[in-house]
Amino acid sequence: MAPAPAETATARLARLLTMVPWLVNRQGIDLQRAADDLGVTVDQLEADLRLLFLCGYGQMPDELIEADWEGGRVFVGNADTIARPLRLGVDEAVTLIVGLRALREVPGLGERDAVDRALAKLEAAAGAAGAPADRVRAQMADGASPEMLADARRAIADHRRVHLRYLVPARDEATDRDVDPMRVVGIDGRWYLEGWCHRAEDTRLFRMDRVEELTVLDTDGTPPPQARERDLSEGTFRPAPDDVVVTLRLLPGAAWVADYYPVDSVEPVPADDGGGLVVRLRTPDTAWLRRLVRRLGGRGRVLEPADVVAAVRDDALAALAAYTAEGA
Amino acid sequence: MTSDPGPRPPSAAQVKTERLLNLVLVLLYARRPLPKAQIRGLVPQYGQSASTEAFERMFERDKDELRELGIPLVTEDIDAAWDDEPGYRIHQREYALPDIHFEPDELAVLGLASRTWAQASLAGPAAEALRKLRAAGVERDGDALIGIEPRLRTTEPAFDAVKDAVVRRVPVTFPYRRPEDTEATERRVQPWSLVSWRGRWYLNAWDEDRGAPRVFRLSRVAGPVRAAGRPGSFEVPEDHEPRMMVERADPPAAQPSPAVLRVRAGAGHALRRRARTVGEVDDDWSLLDVDYHDLDSFAEELAGYGADVVAEQPAELVDRVVERLRGTLAAHGGGEA
Repeated sequence: MAPAPAETATARLARLLTMVPWLVNRQGIDLQRAADDLGVTVDQLEADLRLLFLCGYGQMPDELIEADWEGGRVFVGNADTIARPLRLGVDEAVTLIVGLRALREVPGLGERDAVDRALAKLEAAAGAAGAPADRVRAQMADGASPEMLADARRAIADHRRVHLRYLVPARDEATDRDVDPMRVVGIDGRWYLEGWCHRAEDTRLFRMDRVEELTVLDTDGTPPPQARERDLSEGTFRPAPDDVVVTLRLLPGAAWVADYYPVDSVEPVPADDGGGLVVRLRTPDTAWLRRLVRRLGGRGRVLEPADVVAAVRDDALAALAAYTAEGA
Repeated sequence: MTSDPGPRPPSAAQVKTERLLNLVLVLLYARRPLPKAQIRGLVPQYGQSASTEAFERMFERDKDELRELGIPLVTEDIDAAWDDEPGYRIHQREYALPDIHFEPDELAVLGLASRTWAQASLAGPAAEALRKLRAAGVERDGDALIGIEPRLRTTEPAFDAVKDAVVRRVPVTFPYRRPEDTEATERRVQPWSLVSWRGRWYLNAWDEDRGAPRVFRLSRVAGPVRAAGRPGSFEVPEDHEPRMMVERADPPAAQPSPAVLRVRAGAGHALRRRARTVGEVDDDWSLLDVDYHDLDSFAEELAGYGADVVAEQPAELVDRVVERLRGTLAAHGGGEA
């Protein structure tokens, strides 16, 4: 196994100071389970226990921490001085307080009462470390109706299939789909329902603000075994090998596109040449891109590929025909 | 620095962890402040130092590092008899997390709050905080919150530096590029607050050069964030409302105005959804009454539909849509239509 990036001595100390009270309150816990819950490997946990064993408030045997993991069960003793965890640090307090406050605003979350109770206790325990949380605010996501979010969660809990009427504005298309729901995810400011779509025969993410109707069906909605949750750590955009690569010149005034959509590359254009940017982006669907370019009204120009350039030109001619015919 | 695992000679990092842990244990156990000489005797790793000077340098660094971790190591007078020799200790009541008990449903929402940061640069502190809160309790979580996963991401490279500046109230400078600028300009600010709104992080700050509050989008910070003052060297105004300030930076919606659109059958779904009335003209076209707030952005949206949507009224809307379509045509090698 490749070694993880080396942990600093102080980072390890901080980890040990949390680990000891955790283990003291779980005497006899299974070694593997303790490692899993503590987020370390068994090897690491054994190394940590060996280290603890050498430490104490003095060097007489009865002053040293006792650590025993023979037979795969962990016992830690004579650790009264550090039997309580260290107070929360600022980042620790801020993340949980900001997270709880954001949860309060999640539409239709039935656990709001628990959130408020947890928040009150946490703020009291954090003391001064929690104060900067007032200067960090997070809104998880919006744009979904509370009823629909609640229905989706209920369907997931009860393993029921849902029927969606779903809009895809980028393709100006409305579809009906039966979906076995897997989870509701709020990410990058939006709520999504992820589930196995029987129409696409694949897992799909549905933006909740584009779901026109959601009906919980009286049908088992357990997703098939091949259904896999998508890794969203890189966001919801998923490039595919057969995507079309489009080069787009953005004049000043259209540069927001580079901020708004995932782009492969961005190059500024010198002011002498009109300024703005040249970006490359990938899309499985040039209809979306052609729509974007029409919206930009000349402030965005497709440089490549040539067939997309021609398609944009033809689209614009066709659209203008309706007006010139009337005006004539 | 890397080391072999297992019971081989301990690495320098391991020796240092042992030394720091012993120091914490000794100072927490002490009933009164301990002088340096005594600490040297109780922490075996200090005893190995070559000289008193080497020990003292090491001890000074260790004290700083423990304080960095938030460990409340204090310096106190030992007692009158010891004159000016200071002593050191850690008070248990300052050190330990207060004794709190969480109900299972409270632990469940705390878990959810912690996992919110799972894909963010603060994932580590969020997980560690939860572990501390759970350390004392042996109860299992209540019914895990089923099926809901709110996530905050922090993809902006400037996030950590700006977060630290906000949390510690440190004035900073950074290069900032607005979308319409080719060059980034250096900004000097007092960072007031950090807000995630609609999936993006924003910094609210007092802009020292402009002498006015400004909202900065973190993704537009174009280079290193540098400290330009001491922690706590400015006050955030009492009436500062982080979320309001970001939202106000977004221009408010104007009064709605009515428009009439001709929309092709089977197209314009989002417009149909918003329409006040939808009438069928013939098999191919519907007539929609739709309200809009901003003329330009509505014209932009309609141009996006191309030949599937024709703006009928008002005339100024028709003009703007046609202007966009002509612009698109001209940019892609088409002649004047």
